[in-house]
Amino acid sequence: MKLGLAIEELHRSETHLARTLLAVSDRHAADHEIFHVARDIAGWSRRHVTELARIGRDFDVELDPEPPEDRGVLERIRQTASDLLGRRPEPGLLLLADLRHVHREAAGVSMDWELLAQAAQGARKRELFELARRSHPDTLRQMRWANAQLKESATQVLTS
Amino acid sequence: MARIDRIAEPWGTRTPYGPGEAWPVRVDTFLADGLTEDDVDRWVTSATILHSNGDGLDIAVKDGRIVGVRGRAEDRVNHGRLDPKDLYGWQANNSPDRLTRPLVRRDGELVETDWDTAMDAVAGRCRELLDEQGPSAVGFYTTGQLFLEEYYTLGLIAHGGIRTNHVDGNTRLCTATAAAALKETFGCDGQPGSYTDVDSADVIALFGHNVAETQSVLWARVLDRLAGPHPPRIVCVDPRETAVARAATVHLAPRPGTNVVLMNALLHEIVANGWVDRAYVDAHTVGFDELEERLRDYPPEVAEQVCDVPAAQVREAARVLGSAQRLLSTVLQGFYQSHQATAAAVQVNNLNLVRGMLGKPGCGILQMNGQPTAENTREAGADGDLAGFRNWSNDAQVADLARVWNLDPFDIPHHSPPTHAMQMFRHAEEGSLRFLYVTATNPAVSLPELGRIRSILAQERLFLVVQDLFLTETAQLADVVLPAATWGEKTGTFTNVDRTVHLSEKAVDPPGEARSDLDILIDLARRLDLRDKDGAPLVKWSDPEGAFEGWKECSRGRPCDYSGLSYARLRERNGIQWPVTEDAPEGTERLYVDGRFYAQPDYCESYGRDMVTGAPLDDVEYKALNPDGKAVLKAAEYLPPHELPGQEFPFQLITGRTLYHFHTRTKTGRAPQLRAAAPEVWLEMAASDAADRGWGEGDLLEVTTPRGRVEARLRISGIRPGVLFLPFHYGWWDDPDALERGRAANELTPTDWDPVSKQPIFKTAAAAVARLAASDGVPSRAPTTTASRPVVADVPPTRGGDVALVTEREGTR
Repeated sequence: MKLGLAIEELHRSETHLARTLLAVSDRHAADHEIFHVARDIAGWSRRHVTELARIGRDFDVELDPEPPEDRGVLERIRQTASDLLGRRPEPGLLLLADLRHVHREAAGVSMDWELLAQAAQGARKRELFELARRSHPDTLRQMRWANAQLKESATQVLTS
Repeated sequence: MARIDRIAEPWGTRTPYGPGEAWPVRVDTFLADGLTEDDVDRWVTSATILHSNGDGLDIAVKDGRIVGVRGRAEDRVNHGRLDPKDLYGWQANNSPDRLTRPLVRRDGELVETDWDTAMDAVAGRCRELLDEQGPSAVGFYTTGQLFLEEYYTLGLIAHGGIRTNHVDGNTRLCTATAAAALKETFGCDGQPGSYTDVDSADVIALFGHNVAETQSVLWARVLDRLAGPHPPRIVCVDPRETAVARAATVHLAPRPGTNVVLMNALLHEIVANGWVDRAYVDAHTVGFDELEERLRDYPPEVAEQVCDVPAAQVREAARVLGSAQRLLSTVLQGFYQSHQATAAAVQVNNLNLVRGMLGKPGCGILQMNGQPTAENTREAGADGDLAGFRNWSNDAQVADLARVWNLDPFDIPHHSPPTHAMQMFRHAEEGSLRFLYVTATNPAVSLPELGRIRSILAQERLFLVVQDLFLTETAQLADVVLPAATWGEKTGTFTNVDRTVHLSEKAVDPPGEARSDLDILIDLARRLDLRDKDGAPLVKWSDPEGAFEGWKECSRGRPCDYSGLSYARLRERNGIQWPVTEDAPEGTERLYVDGRFYAQPDYCESYGRDMVTGAPLDDVEYKALNPDGKAVLKAAEYLPPHELPGQEFPFQLITGRTLYHFHTRTKTGRAPQLRAAAPEVWLEMAASDAADRGWGEGDLLEVTTPRGRVEARLRISGIRPGVLFLPFHYGWWDDPDALERGRAANELTPTDWDPVSKQPIFKTAAAAVARLAASDGVPSRAPTTTASRPVVADVPPTRGGDVALVTEREGTR
């Protein structure tokens, strides 16, 4: 059975998505909704990472249970830089690129959850299937958020 | 007939009544200068403008001036009573410092000019930017205090003429969450309940709603029920010891920012104890299973931990709510301006829905407004939504609006949700919004994080137009200031919280060259040469009644249907609740009778949003969720507030109102009785917190957050320990030194908003406080009659004296 591999891959992609969301948050501190919501929903990926590490043990996979952390001082420095950039229009284009990136990452994670749910059901691993059933909607919400923010931001960025 | 000091007794004399009885009449009158009713030349019909209650009144006119007011005995809203702000606030109309001529900025100074010069400057710059950049450069920021006709005209000009998506009102700060919560649950804005529900409710639950101060006449109605036979039980959720809390059967004082947990715990108990109307839920709602699953995580013990409210108290409150026969629930800023605003407000809708308590006498939901005409801002589209509660993401509804306006649907911006106020200021900050037209509001004092807002408004590259009565803090930053007429000086309609439409007639001429907002907007449209698709002028009316007739057609067939109303009808009987149609010529007391909603996918105003991310749902998702247009029970998970107290900033700061003032005191600060009742900013703190620091009543304190500082005298009140309260009314127009010293509460508030309603969060800032000087025995000047009541006995009570004597006359219609 290669279920362990699937869990490992998902753990990797969720960790990456959490990091991406936190980095996007840091970079756009002057866009307050992006800043706060990206952090809020990074929390979902962080929770998934912890839960995947826990369930991984049942499949003989050792995974880091510690999700990516807020990075304290470094984060604050980046936020300051972004606050200073708040008066200039260029970050708008960067924001569009970042949101597109989040959407792509989250779409990958979503596919990984699909795969895991399929496999867990096939292998009759109820707990693993339940984890996928509970977690996958969070990923879809992360995708929808990136998509919606992109749509909302694009007009102003591109027409001004 | 009695004479009573209504500063000292804001709610006046009790007129008790029992359940199902009519609320007795009590007519309140206040006339200036020792005048009597016999001295008055004319009484002119209107309604109140300094809160959201919509009380009917008559304006007294003598020698061409307003000299007083009298409540209208026959009005369904107030049965003759008036709020202290309305009894005394009209005096501001006669202030010597009213703006009487347009001002333009020349060499850095605002100087007087004529209307042509001012309006050509405004229209000229607007046209220049439209040619250079397009509609994304232009934004409108309006209010909850103009009239319906003005909002509808403004929305038409902005959406249909200039074609910008950047339109919002200061309703974003006060009532956006009410609209959002109603859209989430019922698919559409529109207040389900009626004030008459107070007359028959056996439980009234107020969630973050200090009605005693925000709508004092409605509180008088509740007080009269409490004084009568078979009084209702009151449930109050508020971190302050308000007059409501003092009258409550159960008072829950949660930690700021935790309302979702408290609501979930209350619902948890309702469901766990089987206090659910299953037949109603099955027939008229979707989403109960998801709600039930979510609630499992929130037993009262979780609320005890997160909200710091004893689990036993949560259970007691749930028992009162669960055993109600007729439950009236109301919600206001304690939820709307707090963390997870919409998610929490929606749970109140859920409470009434699972209990099957909607659309019957005494069973209602009032997602309250903060301003007199906020409802009109929303329905007419001046808050950015499309006029008539039309759905921006439904092409058929956009096409229908285009038909009404005789435009191509492509010309009405609907590519994305309307740009909310905070985002407009963000666009101005990064430089892509370059023209901002502000009507009747004062963002330089009322928006969060004022240091940031001031720096945005003061930018050279932003062309700022301010249309107002006075040279407000915002007007001082403007490029052009336009002097506007106000209530009593112009005719128009407005609609209160419970959908009651009043006609407010012109009583006197505005001062100097001041003009009505409607006239100014029509002038702007003419100068911009805005046209429909056949080349005819876009704005087809030239007076208020013409605008009202235009709006009637726009609203026809929509939930907020005014088609059965007219000025003539309102002159016969003022105060009729929409929808008013051929089928319902007398208006509609309650929406959603028999579980019939406006939520059908092709009719609803909104497909809803994600409760955490705020991402809008699309039509496919909504149709799958709610194909038959039922009410939607939306579950919500708790997220911790973004700014939590810590070592450096150990308190939680909340801001709010006092009974005697409205907004930034533009009017109430110019009425002597109101000004004297609450002359200066104060800071409230719990007795235990003050004792820990050895501080006393009246000590001069400095409150700081990472964003700024405010100096204020300490009022030791019944507020929850760990929480500080500052009233948000005080700016610096009447005290220029106050800008330097720090007097406006919003120097301290964070830039953060609810992702669903986009309403800024004013009630969860981490703050530190230090003492600058001891009081020497002089108390703070906070009112003693309200939530700021002192806990120590030796503070002189708030009194208005002889100049505040009001006549009360009972029982005359």
